[in-house]
Amino acid sequence: MGNNGINYIHPEFEVVRDQDKCIACRVCERQCANEVHYMDEDGVMRADNSKCVNCHRCVSLCPTGALKIVKSDHTFRPNGNWTPQIITELYRQAGSGGVLLSSMGNPTNLPVYWDRLLLNASQVTNPSIDPLREPMETVTFLGKKPKEIVRDEEGNIVNNQTPQIRLNTPIMFSAMSYGSISYNAHASLARAATELGICYNTGEGGLHEDFYQYGPNTIVQVASGRFGVHKAYLEAGCAVEIKIGQGAKPGIGGHLPGAKIVGDISRTRMIPEGSDAISPAPHHDIYSIEDLRQLVYSLKEATEYNKPVIVKIAAVHNVAAIASGVARSGADIIAIDGFRGGTGAAPTRIRDNVGIPIELALASVDSRLREEGIRDNVSVVVGGSIRSAADVVKAIALGADACYIGTAACLAMGCHLCRSCQEGKCNWGIATQRPELVKRLNPNIGSQRLVNLVNAWTHEIKEIMGGMGINSIESLRGNRLMLRGVGLNQKELEILGIKYAGE
Amino acid sequence: MKRVYVNEEWCLGCHLCEYQCAFANSGETDMVKALKGVKINPRIQVEEGDGVNFAVQCRHCEEPLCVKGCISGALSIKDGVIHLDENKCVGCYTCVLMCPYGAIMPGNGTAVQKCELCLNNSCGEPACVKGCPNAAIVYEER
Repeated sequence: MGNNGINYIHPEFEVVRDQDKCIACRVCERQCANEVHYMDEDGVMRADNSKCVNCHRCVSLCPTGALKIVKSDHTFRPNGNWTPQIITELYRQAGSGGVLLSSMGNPTNLPVYWDRLLLNASQVTNPSIDPLREPMETVTFLGKKPKEIVRDEEGNIVNNQTPQIRLNTPIMFSAMSYGSISYNAHASLARAATELGICYNTGEGGLHEDFYQYGPNTIVQVASGRFGVHKAYLEAGCAVEIKIGQGAKPGIGGHLPGAKIVGDISRTRMIPEGSDAISPAPHHDIYSIEDLRQLVYSLKEATEYNKPVIVKIAAVHNVAAIASGVARSGADIIAIDGFRGGTGAAPTRIRDNVGIPIELALASVDSRLREEGIRDNVSVVVGGSIRSAADVVKAIALGADACYIGTAACLAMGCHLCRSCQEGKCNWGIATQRPELVKRLNPNIGSQRLVNLVNAWTHEIKEIMGGMGINSIESLRGNRLMLRGVGLNQKELEILGIKYAGE
Repeated sequence: MKRVYVNEEWCLGCHLCEYQCAFANSGETDMVKALKGVKINPRIQVEEGDGVNFAVQCRHCEEPLCVKGCISGALSIKDGVIHLDENKCVGCYTCVLMCPYGAIMPGNGTAVQKCELCLNNSCGEPACVKGCPNAAIVYEER
């Protein structure tokens, strides 16, 4: 009813084909799950722009480089208030009557504080270090740190260390469930984490039986839907994460449509085939920090106090106070997900308008926990658009113990940020369950690209630390004197706890 | 000996290998010039159906029926690779009939053609392996 044969939406992208270069091999046609490309009756390749999501699969596979995708310059009458995006989304809703859905992280033009932080380096008065010649330590332990040294009657030190996660480098792959991403994407993450000596995270979809072998490098997640949670699952990982919220959609739950609950996903999630997997917005047994404490200790009890427990929260207005509560709940690690964090599907308005930047959240949490003398109760892990080694270094200098990378990991596996995950037709074999698309991600290639990425970042982290004259990641942690701000106001500097460049 | 193998689990049926093969054996340095408007006749061919795809080319058999059947001695084994001497070939197509894989076929300009692992063309290494987007075609010892 809503459209009456009128097409209100002009295609956002145009497929530009250099017909001189096109050899009509039809790779573009075979590889596009959106069915953009086709061959006409004269043997000439054509494209239906309206179906293109700009994922670059065709562009990347075209053997002669005949294709490019450009943004349409079709325009509405220019208006600084009613932008083309706002108008188009309004038309879409007037046609469908539905909530707008989006994927991946918040793409809006809000400030990226990482880009306004600058790092220090040594000159003359203190020596920088060459990481290729001298040892440089990036090993990180996550978990509660003992407050005091305890000795037995003979004066020997008693080991009062609680369980820790050991990471070779302060980077982990963040939670992405089996269901939201494919079997091959999970296989790539699991194998890469194992080879790198870091961790990946199951997300809330349970752990496929094939991946129990990667347990020592797996963080198993317990979310509000409790999908796939059982004793063997909790024991399989090196840590258990309670997911309270995620940066892309703080305060709301999740909904994996029944159509995607097939075969292994149904078995792994422990729900019947074809039934919708609905994660409630809250954990229905957690309405307070005291309730959270009960779940933390239930999970510790179930795993015989052998695994650290992580509590993951989204960065929201009161994040410092919430983190303070979490740090007193018995949790060993707090994971904070900033408003840029990715997702396989979220309501657009929530993704783009709810939550706060991770840089500010991290700084205020770290400061608050220090002020209250409970910083050692927990390790702090941050995620929500860590884009490069420089972001990792800045996060650690602001006070993080380690970083979660999700979007960056997807990019390494081939994702081109077309932000259409919710369609389930990922041409790169990541956010899809269609077998012919899933096989496009060969885990031999995917895991190698992830290993390459994290190794490259680790080299860069060492290089940057060396420049500062720091030879251990521990000496960088919370070392905000290594940061200076540019383009920030007094309040922002105050929250970040840093000086302005030149000060 | 290193041979070209196909892992059908990873073959997407994109047919890029066929175009890489045709280009590598075209003698041209530009793919567009080599293949624009050309109906290709590649030495590797993708078989597809029922959700299973895989590319097939000469297996370089240890006891090759094509060599056994060749009436003019044009086919021989050179360092494990089955080599075609076009000067000796009389175009009887016995090899085409003998090959159980359908890996020898009538050529363009020559009577027959077959994969020689790109050892004799400008590519120097199997072009299908180099150009496969999903590492479904590999060149290795097994």
